[in-house]
Amino acid sequence: MRYVYEGQSFSRSEAGDLMPVQLVRLFRDMLRIRRVEEAVEARYHEDQMKTPIHLVIGQEAICVGACSALEHRDLVYAGHRTHGVYLAKGGDLPAMFSEFFCRKNGCAGSRGGSMHLIDQRVGMAGSSAICGGNVPIAAGMGLAAQLLGLERVSACFFGDGAAEEGVIWETLNFAALKRLPSIFVCENNFFSVFTPLFKRQPEGAELWKKAESFGVTAEVVDGTNVLAVHAAARRAVARARSGGGPSFIEARAYRWRGHGGAGDDNHKGYRDPAELTLWQQHCPVERYYEWLLEAGHIAASERESMEREIDAEIAAAYQHAEQSPNPTRADLDTHVYAETGA
Amino acid sequence: MPWAEALIAAKTRKIDVGEGRVLSYAEALNEALRTAMEMDPKVFVFGQGVDDPAASFGVTRELQEKFGRERVFDVPLSEEAMTGVCVGSAMSGCRPVMTHNRPDFILLSMNQLVTHAAKIHYMDEGRTRVPMVIWAAIGRGWGSGAQHSQAVQGMLLGVPGLKIVMPSTPADAKGLLLAAIADDNPVLVFEHRWLMREQGVVPEGFYTVPIGKGVYRRRGADLTIAGTSHAIALALDAAEALACEGIDAEVIDLRSVKPLDEAILFESVEKTGKLLVVDTGWAMGGVCAEVACRVAEQRFDALRAPLRRIGLPDVPTPAGHTLEQLYYPNAETIAAQIRAMCA
Repeated sequence: MRYVYEGQSFSRSEAGDLMPVQLVRLFRDMLRIRRVEEAVEARYHEDQMKTPIHLVIGQEAICVGACSALEHRDLVYAGHRTHGVYLAKGGDLPAMFSEFFCRKNGCAGSRGGSMHLIDQRVGMAGSSAICGGNVPIAAGMGLAAQLLGLERVSACFFGDGAAEEGVIWETLNFAALKRLPSIFVCENNFFSVFTPLFKRQPEGAELWKKAESFGVTAEVVDGTNVLAVHAAARRAVARARSGGGPSFIEARAYRWRGHGGAGDDNHKGYRDPAELTLWQQHCPVERYYEWLLEAGHIAASERESMEREIDAEIAAAYQHAEQSPNPTRADLDTHVYAETGA
Repeated sequence: MPWAEALIAAKTRKIDVGEGRVLSYAEALNEALRTAMEMDPKVFVFGQGVDDPAASFGVTRELQEKFGRERVFDVPLSEEAMTGVCVGSAMSGCRPVMTHNRPDFILLSMNQLVTHAAKIHYMDEGRTRVPMVIWAAIGRGWGSGAQHSQAVQGMLLGVPGLKIVMPSTPADAKGLLLAAIADDNPVLVFEHRWLMREQGVVPEGFYTVPIGKGVYRRRGADLTIAGTSHAIALALDAAEALACEGIDAEVIDLRSVKPLDEAILFESVEKTGKLLVVDTGWAMGGVCAEVACRVAEQRFDALRAPLRRIGLPDVPTPAGHTLEQLYYPNAETIAAQIRAMCA
């Protein structure tokens, strides 16, 4: 085993001043994303969702922990693994499913699909399928906030693979130079498609330390621990809002599924199945639930009703998508250019 | 002295002194930026050396003194990231103008320009806008060579979502830059280093030259020459030289290469029946090829002679003086082509 879990169990201090209702909300948000992803996975073989999916199962604590520290006005820009970020930022599940089903009323009007979720209504500024492509754009949004005097923070999400793109480091240099109100969340899941981290980056060269050397405040957190991610994100947001400049958060969590598509691809032999088994014992959703249960913040019956609600929401969203119209020929070539002033 | 060729050309060319105030091309661009920044606090200008003593050929001179370090700033040598920053700021309310001293540096930022800036409006079904300007001045001569003289408009021509303008006169330089800044799409503005000292009458205050609209620079009946930027200066010199030989060439300055003004092209070709396309970039697969193809596709019946194009040969720019002179088209090579077409 190469990539072993190195985190610790939850502690009360990580919860900080979060009220029980907020603690439970974090759980519900993760549970919702998990069940949505499982529901997508379960129906992907039907071939109705003609879009390349990248499931976030196993990494839910990162998007939920980070987005819960942001406000509605703040902007997020995702990479190709978009579902969790969109939902955590308040995304519209029926619009997301419509997008997956290639319907006219998808959140991107069927012009994006799973890799390009975008929704101004919730501050989902966009997502890029080119690793690292979203990162300077998010910094530009930080610059705009600075220039226009907006109390707004921008955050971007990218993987350990994207962190091999030069543009990330160009961006960190500029963000530090200008003290931009931007947060760079690196979701280190140890794999880029089938290629493990050790084949791509030298052993011991830690991402957060590289970021720190660019003059950006950086830290590494257990990416399966929603409280740890949330606490780091809150520190970053406070820094950004007070003019303290950018932050880099490396959150480590294991990618449970294949790079893309449905299901586990361990049988392809590119990683040790024992790794997955180990990380599944540190499930971000279940371990946190156990902690909440033990601390008396949640009751088993509450979870059951949450699951019923979420499943009903998913069923309704599927129904919405399936019953929604397809785009027509008239939709193909509109909005290539903006009509200036319109 | 560097770029002596350009200086001599600028001094010997007749100044179009009609009514009004005369400015150099670079001064007109500087005035465009000042005007835009005065009118709209969301406009900001950044690029390598914008606040240095050379001030991007004088185009950004004293902008920082007037508008401050927040709105006019030099940048790290990070073209891709800075283009992404440009995109992100444009998506969230600003109207950025990013400058490059040469278009060669734009090639470092193709991911952001082609794959992000150009596509985002479409990918958000028209909700998000990306009103940004990428500005660069094409180099030529004095050993600029293979990596400081590339005219890349042809490579970008086929990218949906981008607009490309290439002015040839000081008045158009100002009006097109103002139009580009006012436009709600990503617009590339390609100037030419050899035009920076050209003089011309430039209207004061705010005005725009419409993007995608060409203009007649010379009326004639025998043949149409169409192009943009510095190629128009050469075409006009060639047309003047041929007038005394009894060849009456019409010169169309397209001013924008994307979108292309097909109407003016077709109108002229229907009259003359002959078309020579000139461009500062490679002839193959670029502006020359596209313009000629559209005329061949849509006005074939009007043509009385084969289409011809004069761009750069399918060869990198050599750096040495002798090879450079052989490489670039000039008024004489254009005139020779016209003579052959009218023979």
